Amino acid sequence: MNGGSVPPEKAGTVFQMKEYKGLLSWLSPVDHKQIGIMYFITSLTFFLVAVSLAMIMRTQLIRPNHGWLSSATYNQVFSMHGTTMVFLAVMPMLIAFMIYFTPLMIGARDVAFPRMNALSYWLYLMGGLLLYFSFFTGGALNVGWSAYAPLTETNYTMSKYMIGTGVDYWIVGLLLAGAGTIMNSVNILVTVAALRAPDMKLSRVPLFVWMSAANAVLMLLAMPALNTALVMLFLDRHLNALFFVPAAGGKPLLWQHYFWFFGHPEVYILILPGFGIISEVIPVFSRKPIFGYAFLAIATVAIGFLSFGVWAHHMFATGMNFTVYYVFALASMLIAVPTGIKVFNWIATMWGGSISFDTAMLFAVAFILQFTIGGLTGVAFATVPIDWALTHTYFVVAHFHYTLLGGTLFTVMAGFYYWYPKITGRMLSEKLGKIQFWLMVIGFNGAFFILHFAGLAGMPRRVYTYPDLPHLASINLISSLSAYILALGILVFFANLIVSLRKGKPAGDNPWNGATLEWATSSPPPPRNFERIPPVRSITPLWDLKESGRLPDTLPSSSRERDNE
Amino acid sequence: MSRIRLAMLLFVASESVFFILLIIAYVVYHATTPSAADAFRYLDVPKTGIFTACLVGSSFTMWRAGIHFRNGARRAALALLFTTLVLGTAFLAGQGVEYVSLIRKNVIISRDLFGTTFFTLTGFHGLHVFIGLTMLGTLFGLELKRGIVDPLRAVDSVSIYWHFVDGVWAVIFPVVYLWILQ
Ligand code: HEM
Ligand SMILES: [Cu+2]
Repeated sequence: MNGGSVPPEKAGTVFQMKEYKGLLSWLSPVDHKQIGIMYFITSLTFFLVAVSLAMIMRTQLIRPNHGWLSSATYNQVFSMHGTTMVFLAVMPMLIAFMIYFTPLMIGARDVAFPRMNALSYWLYLMGGLLLYFSFFTGGALNVGWSAYAPLTETNYTMSKYMIGTGVDYWIVGLLLAGAGTIMNSVNILVTVAALRAPDMKLSRVPLFVWMSAANAVLMLLAMPALNTALVMLFLDRHLNALFFVPAAGGKPLLWQHYFWFFGHPEVYILILPGFGIISEVIPVFSRKPIFGYAFLAIATVAIGFLSFGVWAHHMFATGMNFTVYYVFALASMLIAVPTGIKVFNWIATMWGGSISFDTAMLFAVAFILQFTIGGLTGVAFATVPIDWALTHTYFVVAHFHYTLLGGTLFTVMAGFYYWYPKITGRMLSEKLGKIQFWLMVIGFNGAFFILHFAGLAGMPRRVYTYPDLPHLASINLISSLSAYILALGILVFFANLIVSLRKGKPAGDNPWNGATLEWATSSPPPPRNFERIPPVRSITPLWDLKESGRLPDTLPSSSRERDNE
Repeated sequence: MSRIRLAMLLFVASESVFFILLIIAYVVYHATTPSAADAFRYLDVPKTGIFTACLVGSSFTMWRAGIHFRNGARRAALALLFTTLVLGTAFLAGQGVEYVSLIRKNVIISRDLFGTTFFTLTGFHGLHVFIGLTMLGTLFGLELKRGIVDPLRAVDSVSIYWHFVDGVWAVIFPVVYLWILQ
């Protein structure tokens, strides 16, 4: 069942397709695949910038009393690292997967509103550029990615200690990008609701699509909370409103409530599509349908729903009454239950399957282990006294990098190795992939596991340097050196993306023997996605076809056959 | 359900969160700061009540316009659409008059937390009314020249937005104006 008509050997890469040729085509894209590619490229660029900022931080922290960066510079570096990673790199990278693959996986020709899709992209790009423009205006954001009031008020940011309009650029940049994100959510939800292929019932929709839809609901309802907080802050700064000015009765804690009412769903926004990628990759590389499809779908919805009820666990240190503590601590621990069961679902899928450890699968397995560690420290933090002791230390930094880097970023890597052939028409090099994988696993765990101990030893986060107290020097040295290994792994990844585009093996329609509809068309897919959409009778339509003998089984299915570069 | 309708409903859901949080901010500050008493002195409840009636009435005319469009009574529908436009504009004008009189009495956004929360909440609502009026005006103008391919859907989606804007005011009015009456 070849969707495209070009035989794989002759297939060019996506950039050689005539529809995507010329500057004009890249300035006026409406095809969800082209916009998806633009999201990929832009978010990867911001990712590289944020990684560079991280390397600057780790270099500054490599030894105690290091006088390389001033505290003022360091404040900007960590604030911009966090903001960029969350809003301009990882979230848009996940959105890129969502808008590229959701229509393909449900057998649609495009998203529901292609031009609104383009608008989302431009808003995201312009928001990101505005944010970075602040570096040229006297200083970027320097109050952390969570921008706690009243530190963001003009009397602090315009004092002799900090000058800068960084906060203003941050507000406007995030408002723009956030508007784009809300449009993304509407687009994805309407696409999934209205454009599914005729026999693609909701009970047959791939899990990636389920999780994208759940994610879209979270973005739809969480982003406006950030927007409310941002406009309140903007009015404080520009019209002298008093929302967060304590002297006039304003409540800085209201900022924290609103920010985290957005912020906690946001961390699920940063992981749910990743869960979706894992739920596609693991069955394909285990040659088994996913275990507990319905449960995974429902658990995702449950997690999404619960995530709106736990925000105050970020505020345990602000002093609240005990009922509030109990409610939020319990609710937070409750989320661990559906999440934990998901982990068992993935393991059960692998159990007894014939697993092939291609790079995508390696990243998926490493994700499960690392995310579990991040999940466990998360449950620890939900315990109020532990939070009191460890909040605002490097234990927090270690915890959320285990979920966001060891978790989400690893799922993204799995996604790239799995889907790059579909997007570009070429395979990524498995050899480079394995080098990258080991560099990243060693580098990441080396850099961040040990930071738990820095936190336990009392090292606060967001400080530009630290005194030579016992253990801190060696912990930070190990962490920084490992971070360089991690960065090297990331560079290998970028090299692979570029080299494979020229030298990679042509992918063919379905190099991994995938089961879902995106593999039923050519790689790269033609502008309208499909010539014919195969019948959908279960969650694995392409495997059904093969079983019924209607799909020529000429596809290589083990990694050894394929890996002869 | 049409795609446009679903999209508009989702968008409105998102906007609701925005307004709910602004309203909560108003309530929190109103309940906890003494400056809330100022509100009682400066707001003209009966006058705003009249303009509120305009806005609620415009929701009614919008609803009727939709029904007429569906039944093919185009002229009646256009007339009702125009009435909606007039009533909405009256509300916005009323808000303008109210702002001017408040500012004359030096009730401004930087005066105290009442000013801050009041102008933010009603200002953002006013902005949404303005956007709604732009949509209504565009719809009216285009339909007058028969420039809309699918007027039914267009009217449907604009009216969802318009009812939403009215619905928000139906919460703001009691919270901001009636609360101070007791
Ligand atoms: C490339 C590897 C990375 C390294 C070496 C790294 C390193 C660091 C370090 C050392 C800090 C703490 C700074 C401080 O508190 O003084 C930090 C903060 C942070 N990182 Fe990363 N990071 C990496 C990747 C990521 C990724 C993938 C994300 C997520 C999406 C992320 C999100 C954050 C956030 C949100 C903060 C908090 C910023 C703040 O305190 O305002 N990082 N990172
Ligand atoms: Cu949280």
